Amino acid sequence: MREAITFPAERAERCPFDPPPVLREVQAEAPLTRVRLWDGSTPWLVTRFAEQRALLADRRLSADVTRPGYPSSAPARPGGTGGSIGFILMDDPEHLRLRRMVTAPFAIKRVEALRPTVQRIVDDLIDAMLAGPKPVDLVEAFALPVPSLVICELLGVPYEDHDFFQSHSRNLINRTVSPETRGASFQALHDYLGEQLAKKPADPDGDVLSQLVARVETGELDRGDAAGMGVLLLLAGHETTANMIALGTLALLEHPEQLALLRDADDPKVVAGAVEELLRYLNITHTGRRRVALEDIDIAGVTIRAGEGLILANDIGNRDPQVFPDPDTLDLTRDARRHVAFGFGVHQCLGQPLARMELQVVYSTLYRRIPTLRRATALDEVPFKHDGAVYGVYELKVSW
Amino acid sequence: MKVLLDQDKCVGSGQCVLAAPEVFDQRDEDGVAILLQTEPPESDGDDVHHAALVCPAQAIDVED
Repeated sequence: MREAITFPAERAERCPFDPPPVLREVQAEAPLTRVRLWDGSTPWLVTRFAEQRALLADRRLSADVTRPGYPSSAPARPGGTGGSIGFILMDDPEHLRLRRMVTAPFAIKRVEALRPTVQRIVDDLIDAMLAGPKPVDLVEAFALPVPSLVICELLGVPYEDHDFFQSHSRNLINRTVSPETRGASFQALHDYLGEQLAKKPADPDGDVLSQLVARVETGELDRGDAAGMGVLLLLAGHETTANMIALGTLALLEHPEQLALLRDADDPKVVAGAVEELLRYLNITHTGRRRVALEDIDIAGVTIRAGEGLILANDIGNRDPQVFPDPDTLDLTRDARRHVAFGFGVHQCLGQPLARMELQVVYSTLYRRIPTLRRATALDEVPFKHDGAVYGVYELKVSW
Repeated sequence: MKVLLDQDKCVGSGQCVLAAPEVFDQRDEDGVAILLQTEPPESDGDDVHHAALVCPAQAIDVED
C-alpha cells in the first residue's frame, strides 16, 4: 500500500481544469485510501463515484464538525464552531428541521418564477459591460454581481453592502487566511445578518430573512441560528455560482467548439445538459465533502472504524471513468446528470435549483450577446483559486 | 409501475421534479416532494427511474 499522500494535492501546472493528477492515480488504485492533512491526521479519502454516493447516503456518517475525528480543512477559528454556520455541519433530526425552514424558496417552481428577474439582471450587466471600457474583469463586472444580486433579492439583504459581505465571505472560505481573520470575518457576517434580521418585520410570505424572523417569533428558531442560516445562504448563494460563471467561461473559451454548441443552442434542454456537464467537469468544491464515522463501516474491502474521518472527493468522483467514459473530456452533449458536484445524501446543496437556473441563463446569454468574447491575458497569467474551499479564478480579464 | 415516496426522508432538493415533472411536485410550505401520480404510465419509466437514482435522500422507490 502506498504512503498516505498529502491532501489537498496540487493540480498540474498546465491543466487548470483537471483535478490533481495524484488524486486520479490513487483513484485508479483503490476506492479508499489514506491521506495526510495539514494537522498530521490521516483520514480516508474516498476516490470513486459509487463509494462516494453510498457513503454520503449512509446515516452512519456524521457531518458534525465538533466530533473528534472530523477531518478539518484548516485550524479552527477562535470561538470554534460556536455561532454555527447553520445546518450544513449538523446531523438529523435537527439538520432536517432547520433545512426545511428555508427550503421552500429554492423549490423548482419558485426558482423558475425568478428566471425573468435573473435574465434582466444578466442583460443589464452585459449592457453595462458593453458600454464600458475593455478589457474588463469578468469576475467583478459580471460573475460576482449576478448571483450576489439574486441572493440579496431572495434574502432581502441590501446589495449596496456587497463589498462588505463579499470580502468577508472570501476570507471565510480561504484556508490560508489566519484563524483569527476567519473568526473575525465570520463574526462580522453573523453580526451583519443579525442586524438585518432585527430590521425586518415577521412575514411568512416575505423575503427569506422576514420568514426567519417569523420563525423566531413563533419560537421555532433562536436568533443566533437564524443569523447563522442567513450567513450560510448569503455565502453559498454567491461564492459558488460566481466561480462557476467565471471558471465555466474560461473553460468554454479554451474549448471553442463546445462554446459554439452552447451559443448556437435554441433548445433549453441542450443548455440544461451543458450546465450539468460543466458542473461535473469543473466541480468547483475541490476539497471534498467531509464526514466522521459514527460506527464501523465495511465498504469495498476495508473497514472504516468508528471515529475515523472521511473526505469524499467529489471532484474526482465526477471524473470516475467507470461512470463517465472519457471523463477528462468536456462534452456538453453527454448525459452528466448523475454527477455529485452538489454532493449527495441529506446535505446535498439546498440552492442547486437556483444555481442551475442562474447558470442556464448566464451561459445561454453571455456568449450569444458577446460572440467575440475572448481572454485578454495568457492562460498562465490567470490567477486561479488554489487556496480556497471553492475553486475558480480571482480575476478574468476579457475583451471582445 | 408503482412509485413509493418517503416524505420523512425528503430534503427538498427538487431533483425528482427536474427528472420527472409529470410525476413529482413539491409542497409549497417546505419544498418536500409530493407524488402527482402513484402509478404513472410506462412512458414515464425512464424519468421516474432517473428521479429515484438522483434523489440525494434516497426517498424514492420504484416497483416495476
